[in-house]
Amino acid sequence: MRGRMNAGLLVGGVLVGMVVLAALVSFFWTPHDPTLVDAAGKLREPGDGYLLGADKFGRDTFSQLMVGARTTLYVGIVAVGIAAVVGTPLGMAAGMTPRGWLSELIMRVNDLVFAFPALLLAVMLGAVYGAGTLTAMIAIGVATVPAFARVARAATLQVMVTDYVLAARAAGRRRPAIAFRHVLPNIGSVLIVQASVSFAIAILAEAALSFLGFGTRPPTPSWGRMLQESQELLFSTPRLALWPGLAIALAVLGFNLLGDGLRDFLDPKLRRIRAEG
Amino acid sequence: MTLYLLKRLAVLLASTAVAAVVVFAFMALLPGDPAEIALGVNATPEAVAELRRQFGTDRAPVAQFLDWAGGLLQGDFGTSYVTTAPVGPQIADRLGVTAVLVLGGMILALVIAVPLGTFAAVHHRNLLGAAISAVSQVGIAIPAFLAGILLVFVFAVQAQALPSGGYVPISENPAEWLRSLLLPWSSLGLVQGAVLTRYVRSAVLDVMREDYLRTARAKGRGSTGALWRHGLRNASIPVVTVLGLQLATLLVGAVVVERVFVVPGLGDLLLNGVAQRDLLLVQGVVMVLVAAVLLINFVVDVAYHLLDPRLR
Repeated sequence: MRGRMNAGLLVGGVLVGMVVLAALVSFFWTPHDPTLVDAAGKLREPGDGYLLGADKFGRDTFSQLMVGARTTLYVGIVAVGIAAVVGTPLGMAAGMTPRGWLSELIMRVNDLVFAFPALLLAVMLGAVYGAGTLTAMIAIGVATVPAFARVARAATLQVMVTDYVLAARAAGRRRPAIAFRHVLPNIGSVLIVQASVSFAIAILAEAALSFLGFGTRPPTPSWGRMLQESQELLFSTPRLALWPGLAIALAVLGFNLLGDGLRDFLDPKLRRIRAEG
Repeated sequence: MTLYLLKRLAVLLASTAVAAVVVFAFMALLPGDPAEIALGVNATPEAVAELRRQFGTDRAPVAQFLDWAGGLLQGDFGTSYVTTAPVGPQIADRLGVTAVLVLGGMILALVIAVPLGTFAAVHHRNLLGAAISAVSQVGIAIPAFLAGILLVFVFAVQAQALPSGGYVPISENPAEWLRSLLLPWSSLGLVQGAVLTRYVRSAVLDVMREDYLRTARAKGRGSTGALWRHGLRNASIPVVTVLGLQLATLLVGAVVVERVFVVPGLGDLLLNGVAQRDLLLVQGVVMVLVAAVLLINFVVDVAYHLLDPRLR
């Protein structure tokens, strides 16, 4: 254990834990079938076994939220996974050869990919292959690669000028050995923090895409699409917008707090600065 | 500096060219022949071939690309296969609306973030500073379209003070134009303001720990004076970078917010284009948005160099 518990870590962990728990439980049990259309229960008020009521098709809001958590996590894990697996080695390579052509090439391509925001990529992918959860995940993942590459590069640059790396280089260690022995362990905490923050951004992106109809397709429940479906009923049944909105905000808040908390937890240097400041 | 500027400009042009290739190649993957789609299933092969010749889609992809890219350089985005209307003027019409939306959101974000972030940094040890940090943390967690829905609920449904959507051109009625944009601006600006507040706070906090600021205070400048004289310029360097990233985020946020408020901007045009499978229109709008992001990055890089003499 390198650090101490802090408020961000605790609150973020609890919020993320709630999302994960809802997603896991939804595999085995939901109060009702989240996709069951029930004309008689149209816009059912909360209560009587329907904790948060039902939407215009009579589908139970609480069950939809639970399965929506699964969609959210699924998209986040795959998207952040793509970004980390592709972006980290690229950023490290660029950071270890700061004046070389490779670094220049990687960072230029990075800037180019950066010019294609997740939403545009998803719209383009959706136009070609038909929009769905898969195109959304790939688009968000690819669009997040530059963030990982940049963070990995910046952290690698810092590690490369430390005395232990200089010593290793002087002792004749090769670049791949230095990368695995010295760089990766030392930039690990930065990458974990980035993963948490990227997860939050991926949740926002998935929600926006589903809201626009370029993400998860019906009938699979998704928080973003629940919001979109609720918009026309905002005047009569605002609670339909309230719950998915709250779910998105709390999940994003959770991952952001977790990221900040982990940063403080994993990086004793920063904590010392905070204690002094 | 001139050399740097030229080099950076060359990179901008090269990136834009590569982006054009990527966008074109992507859309060329699109299954289906525009001529067949336009004529329907009962068309004779001769009619399809004739229309293909008219569209120019019977030529090699490279020739089509050069034609399209050459047109772009002259502001000609081609003619839609679906509506047979030229794409360029449609984009030009909508570009202004989106630009006003994004810039208004950005200005609002700055007006919120700079004072609040600085205040939170200066008072980082007391409750008010912590409260600002907490509120901005919550603000970051709310996507612009959700903020939009919340604002509609409060100001259109409950208070009935502002329209829930729609857009009035400024040439028609300036007062209504302003009213129609207040909620979209707020949706973008409040959220980006929350994000920016955190960056301003941490940038100012970093600067406050610097030796030169301590020296300035030791020389007898009050801490506000020292911060004003030495701190803000240094704090502005990371903030300008983030600002650039945020402009790109805002551009994308605008696409979604336009959907929420039925504002006829580029995002609306793009999504309609996808729905109607209007290939050239989608291609054109995506190209404009991507070029805008590249241009923003360029400006940020240059601004960065101007602000930080060490990089010159």
